Amino acid sequence: MANNYKDNEFDVIIVGGGITGAGTARDCAMRGLKVLLIERHDIATGATGRNHGLLHSGARYAVTDKESATECIEENMILRRIARHCVDETEGFFITLPEDDLDYQKKFVESCLAAGISAEVIDPKDAIRMEPSVNPDLIGAVKVPDGSVDPFRLCAANMLDAKLHGAKILVYTEVTSFIKEGDTVRGVKVVDTKTGQEAEYYAPVTVNAAGIWGHGIAAMAGANIGMFPAKGALLIFAHRVNSIVINRCRKPANADILVPGDTVCVIGTTSTKVPFEECDNMHVTPDEVDLLLTEGAKLAPSLASTRILRAYAGVRPLVSADNDPSGRNISRGIVCLDHETRDGIKGFVSITGGKLMTYRLMAEQATDVVCRKLGIDRSCETAVIPLPGSEGGKTEEVSKKIWAAPTTAQKASAGRAGTRARGISFDNSVDAALVCECEEVSVGEVKSAIENLEVHNLVDLRRRTRVGMGTCQGELCACRAAGLLGKAHGCTERAEKDLRSFMNERWKGMYPIAWGNTLREADYTQWVYNQVLGFNVEE
Amino acid sequence: MKMQEYTLSAHNFEECMKCTVCTAYCPVVPANPHYPGPKQAGPDGERLRLKDPYFFDEMLKYCLNCKRCEVACPSGVNVADIIQSARIRYSKSKPKLRDRILASTDFMGTAARPFAPLVNAVTGLGITKSVLDATMAIDRHRTFPKYAGKSFEGWFKRNAAASQEQFKEKVAYFHGCYVNYNYPQLGKDLVALMNALGFGVELLDKEKCCGVAMIANGMYDGARKHAAHNEKVLGKAASSGRKILTTSTTCTFTMRDEYRELLDVDNSSYRDNLLIATKFIYEKVNSGEVKLVFRKDYKAKIAYHTPCHMEKLGWGVFSTGLLKMIPGAEFTILDSNCCGIAGTYGFKKENYAVSQEIGKPLFDQIARIAPEVVACDCETCKWQIEMSTGLPVKNPVSILAEALDLEATAKLNQHE
Repeated sequence: MANNYKDNEFDVIIVGGGITGAGTARDCAMRGLKVLLIERHDIATGATGRNHGLLHSGARYAVTDKESATECIEENMILRRIARHCVDETEGFFITLPEDDLDYQKKFVESCLAAGISAEVIDPKDAIRMEPSVNPDLIGAVKVPDGSVDPFRLCAANMLDAKLHGAKILVYTEVTSFIKEGDTVRGVKVVDTKTGQEAEYYAPVTVNAAGIWGHGIAAMAGANIGMFPAKGALLIFAHRVNSIVINRCRKPANADILVPGDTVCVIGTTSTKVPFEECDNMHVTPDEVDLLLTEGAKLAPSLASTRILRAYAGVRPLVSADNDPSGRNISRGIVCLDHETRDGIKGFVSITGGKLMTYRLMAEQATDVVCRKLGIDRSCETAVIPLPGSEGGKTEEVSKKIWAAPTTAQKASAGRAGTRARGISFDNSVDAALVCECEEVSVGEVKSAIENLEVHNLVDLRRRTRVGMGTCQGELCACRAAGLLGKAHGCTERAEKDLRSFMNERWKGMYPIAWGNTLREADYTQWVYNQVLGFNVEE
Repeated sequence: MKMQEYTLSAHNFEECMKCTVCTAYCPVVPANPHYPGPKQAGPDGERLRLKDPYFFDEMLKYCLNCKRCEVACPSGVNVADIIQSARIRYSKSKPKLRDRILASTDFMGTAARPFAPLVNAVTGLGITKSVLDATMAIDRHRTFPKYAGKSFEGWFKRNAAASQEQFKEKVAYFHGCYVNYNYPQLGKDLVALMNALGFGVELLDKEKCCGVAMIANGMYDGARKHAAHNEKVLGKAASSGRKILTTSTTCTFTMRDEYRELLDVDNSSYRDNLLIATKFIYEKVNSGEVKLVFRKDYKAKIAYHTPCHMEKLGWGVFSTGLLKMIPGAEFTILDSNCCGIAGTYGFKKENYAVSQEIGKPLFDQIARIAPEVVACDCETCKWQIEMSTGLPVKNPVSILAEALDLEATAKLNQHE
């Protein structure tokens, strides 16, 4: 593209810093466009960071939605190649329990095979041997290529690669209005949510990749997308109960997927329609917790007596197609809207629907539309070029290449950053010391995240490093990390305020399941912060 | 809303509140910077290992398995069990020849005992120590415990078995390798003491080494075999209602807790019947069932060291309670401190310095008090303290046998 840009002129503006926006920014930047990405909060704050982290094989949709199933398995295989450090190739089971119809299994396997998903029926006894946590009453099991994927890591890696290809990323920046000339969108007016500073940015094309908030963004540009906010609640257990994903072999329903992700496992989800006003402030209800625990224990009975770390909920950005009150029967398919042909609004594209699994394909479709509008003919390479950090193999291979005798923290950093762990300093006793003991995050890794990954506060840091995501939920690490952030930003007051808000954010996720050890831990944490550190969390 | 009534996890690792008191109490942490400490190696590491066995850290071999972390933990986490079972599940390092030799206490005992004078003379030589140090990494400072010419079992059969028949009430005795091959006198003292208290002693139907050294040295299959065998013979004794007494804390602790927690051997058949001899005696004295008559001429300045496994058992109070009854004893309980040897651990060249550093506060305190004898219920603590302080170390059972007027005691304890 032309080189005579002013500072606030771009080829494309992307609104939304979730995985779709990040993927689109990467694709556009790799195709040579000058990209600006605008995100109201931090990356991955919406549905991107609030799901199972399931690397769908597509099997879940095979019977009801073949198109989604096919998309999933194709993207599944692509992510295994391009996002190795974000993916854990766990495999998955679809189990049939005595109360389920075993005939469904046959239909399920046929549908999987038709969609190109390998589905192998295995003996229930073998299933128990392979996954000892599975409900021993199972009467059938099918093995499929499910896995788990870390959505924060995936989103951060896409953002980083976009940046490496010249994209500008503005987080904590909110779009306040569109700059329009007649029926053409010329750019956006924004406000920096931290400083209140206003600015204008221009581009011939703006992409709306704001997930469920895309409904409002589209309305602001004068278009109407009928979206369907479907809330899904999930529970995080304190350690991996299972090492293979466990699904129910039946028509998709509530709480029928148990995913081992990093050091924890996650049961979900529920599905309820919620008003748009609630999307910014999700709460998990006692009924949802009950349902998740009861149904979860049917997949793996030990969940009933496993410590729970947190409860959380996200909103699926589904596009309404019919009057289904639950939202379960709406296609999870990708919706790419060129508002010029649809609504007569030029220079405006919406990419929505879809899911974490198909973000790359969504980004490719959106980028194709952008390129067509800009008259650019360059093919998409995101399916073949690995993300930064994913150029190596598994954690073991990567860490052995970097260190002769890796420490636990080094292994853990290689698990999170992939080959980029090479850039993390372990050179002195300070950098090698731990910030987060549960997840083995070192001072060096925190520093590296602050320097390279747009970290403004502790929650941002958590998304990029897992600081505060372990059993103690910030009890030991949050104050250490706040110290490092305070030093990096040169402001103790800001760090103190941030620490307070972080601890309250941690408590919000513990509150719905605050009993037993989780409550003890919270109580102990409060004692440490109030009595030992003289820090009033509630202030 | 239905709250979970309880939560479960292997060795209670999810009960951990991350308070880190275990690491503060760990004797290895200040002495060895390569050891990550019980919290990280235990409950923290467990979550990572469940994610990927690649997170197993071979540095876990530096754990002494002293269980002080478990004693310190306010949340009931079996920290050392988590660490030891991780070693069992994930460690790829194979035991070396040295480790096999150190761990095979009963095999070595059987082989060496007939040639005891020669073996003792050879292992005591400076040149032998240098060779073992250079070739097998057994530290030159260590002296192998001397082998006895006659085994305890042999002595018992010839000299004691018949006379036990006169007692109506009997106890079984698990003597362990040390009493059998190295120091039969302790077994003889136990028999004399129990007889004076009115109890006959019988041996088990061929006990085997408890296997603690095998567990410590990564020979888990061997340890499981021993455990399975001992479960049978101990279970047999327990089924006839016998209490099974011991004079070694570590053997007791291994057969009572480690079989169940680490080796998955169900020991419920005898677990409640197995106890250290001093606990049995103390409880009998306390209830008035047996009476003690002490020698008037017995005088000694005694300092008692509580072995780590005794602290874990919570039974140190019985040994000290009995020793305190001795009128002629000037008695001190030493501060809680690991002696540093941890069985075969301290014999290894790579651990020697750490071992001595861990024990230093104990040795210093003993030097300040300057007792005539150190009392201790563990044979490996005994070697360590004798080597490091030059003072004799005796089992409380032996001290009691010395301090009591056995004949007068026997007269008072003729059970009907």
